[in-house]
Amino acid sequence: MLDVNINKQLPHFLLDIAFQVEDEILVLFGPSGAGKTTILNIIAGLEHPDTGHILLNERSFFQNGHKPLPTQKRNVGYLFQDYALFPHMTVAHNIAYGVDKKAQAEASLLINQLVEVLGIPHLLPKYPHQISGGEKQRVALARALATAPSLLLLDEPLSALDRETRLECQKELLRLHQIWKIPFIIVTHDLDEAKKLGDRILFLEHGAVRTNR
Amino acid sequence: MNGTDYTPLLLSLKVAGISTVIVFVLGVFFAHVFARRTFFGKGVIESLFLLPLVLPPTVVGFGLLILFGKKGWIGSWLLNWFDIQIVFTWIGAVIASIVVSFPLMYQSAVAAFENLDTRLENAARTMGASEWRVFWTISFRLAWPGLLAGLVLSFARGLGEFGATLMLAGYIPGKTDTIPMAIYFAVESGQMEKATFWVVIIVALGFSTIMWLNWWSRRNMRRYKNDVG
Repeated sequence: MLDVNINKQLPHFLLDIAFQVEDEILVLFGPSGAGKTTILNIIAGLEHPDTGHILLNERSFFQNGHKPLPTQKRNVGYLFQDYALFPHMTVAHNIAYGVDKKAQAEASLLINQLVEVLGIPHLLPKYPHQISGGEKQRVALARALATAPSLLLLDEPLSALDRETRLECQKELLRLHQIWKIPFIIVTHDLDEAKKLGDRILFLEHGAVRTNR
Repeated sequence: MNGTDYTPLLLSLKVAGISTVIVFVLGVFFAHVFARRTFFGKGVIESLFLLPLVLPPTVVGFGLLILFGKKGWIGSWLLNWFDIQIVFTWIGAVIASIVVSFPLMYQSAVAAFENLDTRLENAARTMGASEWRVFWTISFRLAWPGLLAGLVLSFARGLGEFGATLMLAGYIPGKTDTIPMAIYFAVESGQMEKATFWVVIIVALGFSTIMWLNWWSRRNMRRYKNDVG
């Protein structure tokens, strides 16, 4: 379980939010500039809150008065908006980037499974600029899950895709979640998508939760 | 030309080569540290880094003499402890070359690192990569075209360095006579043929360097061009 309770002064408002996530899909929904991406960055350790705490399965990521746990040690999968695939590496190298050299055998089993499930074996030797948006999304998902994370963060995972691909990828995400059974936190500003994907939706405005349902 | 002495060419390549390696390491290090950080006094330090670009070479040479001369702060220390003399040696030429070409390397490297997409580095961090691995496998690789441009410019600048070198290393045939020195002193002593020879060599070197760099960066620009995501 992920337990988040954080405060951070942003340029235009105070981010003040508390929530808990079980092995479910939580959607952070709200207009641009509501602080959604900042929340993901804080959970991943790329930014830090002013005060509060973040706990994942009793492991402390952040706590007042303690040094924050570095991003590298959090074991959090993060799917960035526009995917942030490494342009100078093949798809295969992108996916295997985070794999520990010592655990190669175990990891290659997981990677093979991921690649199969996502239907991307034929993309492995290609470079990111040679594949389509929907394919990039799948590759980025495979890459984020290849480190066997205990939590997956997805920042506008489907916004760069056309309608048809988007519907397909929504199904894919739900299916992956069934298989992986870890907390997913998805940021979106598309209400239909939020309703379709989320077990729960947090409505954010100016850094605070409006209605919780 | 019969009986041509090729020491100026070899010496120039040696001096520019060694200085470029040192400038590359220093430039990449400081640029990577400074490119995305703001701290008190950064502007002052950066101005100091770039100062040799706008100062007359004689002023740079004068400053180096004060530092590395036999009675200079660093010079006397090197002489007393390691018995190394900088003035009137090829090492002096290397130091002069480092100081004048560092700003070119630094500027290219800062621009290269500033243009990097930080999300790529952050993506690597979320996958558990250490800071060193992020630098080596992501930042350095993606900044490479800019870093290479700085490297080539530094080499060319080192090859052409004259003023500061003359002040610090002087003109000692067979010891500190780089090509620019050889040209100046050949003209001084009326050996126009010898001067012309070295002029042709150094123009050819500079020209081919720039041609190659332009060709290479144009080819490299195309590499990830159609990448939209």
